[in-house]
Amino acid sequence: KKPPPAPGCGFAAPGAALVLSFPHRAFFWLVSLLLASLIWFVSVHLSDQEDSKLQYGLLVFGAAVSVLLQEVFRFAYFKLLKKADEGLAMISEDGRSPISLKQMAYVSGLSFGIISGVFSVINILADSIGPGIVGIHGDSPYYFITSAFLTMALVFLHTFWGVIFFDACEKRRYWCLGLVVASHLVTSGLTFLNPWYEASLVPIYIITVCMGVWAFFTAGGSFRNVLKCLSCKASRPQRSR
Amino acid sequence: MMITFMNNSDSEEEPCNERTSLMSAESPPVPSHQDGLQASEAGEAQTHRKRRMGSSRSPNNAADGNMSGSSVPVRESALENEEEELTLKYGAKHVIMLFVPVTLCMIVVVATIKSVRFYTEKNGQLIYTPFSEDTPSVGQRLLNSVLNTIIMISVIVVMTVFLVLLYKYRCYKFIHGWLILSSLMLLFLFTYIYLGEVLKTYNVAMDYPTLILVIWNFGAVGMICIHWKGPLQLQQAYLIMISALMALVFIKYLPEWSAWVILGAISIYDLMAVLCPKGPLRMLVETAQERNEPIFPALIYSSAMMWTVGMAKPDTAARGPSQQTWDTAEDGRENHRSPSHSDSEISETRSPVPTHPITSLEELEEEERGVKLGLGDFIFYSVLVGKAAATASGDWNTTLASFVAILIGLCLTLLLLAVFKKALPALPISITFGLVFYFSTDNLVRPFMDTLASHQLYI
Repeated sequence: KKPPPAPGCGFAAPGAALVLSFPHRAFFWLVSLLLASLIWFVSVHLSDQEDSKLQYGLLVFGAAVSVLLQEVFRFAYFKLLKKADEGLAMISEDGRSPISLKQMAYVSGLSFGIISGVFSVINILADSIGPGIVGIHGDSPYYFITSAFLTMALVFLHTFWGVIFFDACEKRRYWCLGLVVASHLVTSGLTFLNPWYEASLVPIYIITVCMGVWAFFTAGGSFRNVLKCLSCKASRPQRSR
Repeated sequence: MMITFMNNSDSEEEPCNERTSLMSAESPPVPSHQDGLQASEAGEAQTHRKRRMGSSRSPNNAADGNMSGSSVPVRESALENEEEELTLKYGAKHVIMLFVPVTLCMIVVVATIKSVRFYTEKNGQLIYTPFSEDTPSVGQRLLNSVLNTIIMISVIVVMTVFLVLLYKYRCYKFIHGWLILSSLMLLFLFTYIYLGEVLKTYNVAMDYPTLILVIWNFGAVGMICIHWKGPLQLQQAYLIMISALMALVFIKYLPEWSAWVILGAISIYDLMAVLCPKGPLRMLVETAQERNEPIFPALIYSSAMMWTVGMAKPDTAARGPSQQTWDTAEDGRENHRSPSHSDSEISETRSPVPTHPITSLEELEEEERGVKLGLGDFIFYSVLVGKAAATASGDWNTTLASFVAILIGLCLTLLLLAVFKKALPALPISITFGLVFYFSTDNLVRPFMDTLASHQLYI
């Protein structure tokens, strides 16, 4: 049997990278969430608990802090991955690491999205099994379905943000970074418009589609690729994307 | 609990050398627990193997032209780099090979806790934790839990020392009998109770003949798989089931605060028992190495591939978890010290491998290496996650956070294992992370996420 070409030795690694990256990434996200909760908790206990407007304001503040901390930890994770990547590249024989940075960006964005989505939705899912009526106190009866859609959008968004973020850090395009952070803040802010779902869900999905297209082009895709993919699938040589 | 890396080399004449698969391969293995003879054997085996690998690669290089440069020094350095890359790739594989069983065990425990009421009801306590926690004052409760912990840990220490003494004075029959008795009890009695409770929860009727048939088959196949020979995956499945059952018993019978204090104390004990020069576990390993034989092949979860374990080697295929209520604790702790020994037997029985291109060498290495983790580690990880699921007021985020923390701890421990290349305690880092994340998520993150969810805000 022919030995695989040297860069190809990394083919087994992306699968491993996906599984391995999940707990690391999730850990970083959890730490960011922990810090944000700590800040919120301290601020709530230092303030007047009866004033509901103040509490709501503190909640908004807590959410904004959490978003910013998530992006900070995403950056920290990027730095960590860069170091690991350099280490891998140094010891590999042709100077290239077996896992490409684009793959790592995708995987890290996906893991971030998964842990963020799971944390947001799992309690809702657990409650949805038990007996109850949605919206019996006058809230929207579409709570569950909109939560599901929002979570899906969030997972996609994190994946796209991961790809764009890593690429922007790599090429030092700081305006891209700022745009990613701003869009995250805008998305989170749009959820404050719930339960006015037309104003929140629709713009969030528009943002998701835009980010998706941007991430696609950042990752090196183009219209030609899409056409080729659709038309000559059978004759396409096997290679990793 | 300790974890060790098993690396079985593949050539016909070299014995196994203990070598981690995360670090570069050309450094000779650190003879931490090995006596001089084994270390020198390992050293010469390694150089011998490298020379063999080098010679087997040269015709390939010429033929395929994949490797650049054909001069000897380039080939040698390329060889080393290739090995390092391989070791990193396989190191990642080992981490995954441990993630999957640990995750499965936790899933079983959490699923049971969340659905079967029996395991969250307070129905008395073990005799090892005699002090009740039903006292009104906080101080009294704290005192009681600390006293419970002291009693439990001292019992564990006594049992461990007893086991070490038994091993030192070669009372093998006694140890084997003890292990077999324990696994009998676990596989039959605890499974019967578990099945009964699950059937009660789902209100499914089952007649006694069917029950006897099911339990008998489950238990008998389990005893055979664990203590004798069996397909690797079935063995692994039984070990996972048994760890889950043990963890469920702990979760049910340990009072709340005592459980947390015990978890903390056990990690400290583990750290000391494995790393201190006079620790019982360390003495056990050293004795086993002096005698050049495997320590109890029971109570270790091994992820080695099929064709190594399928060999007819009774002691390596024998795995028996001890099941007296918490003997698993210290037995699990000792038992995965069988690093080089059981593997040396495995490699000796393997048929000689002819020279071959580098790929098949990779495949063989891939199949040979395995990682071992003690069952006690599985049990205590699952106890932590199960307690989080049972007591965190119906909140799944806490359970998830503890789960991620434990996995990260396991990753870190494996990394340290690669750095230090000797048997390490697997409990301290994971349990510390798990406890920190449990308490902080339960008290800080939960109110935050609940408030956000009530307004349907997403961050």
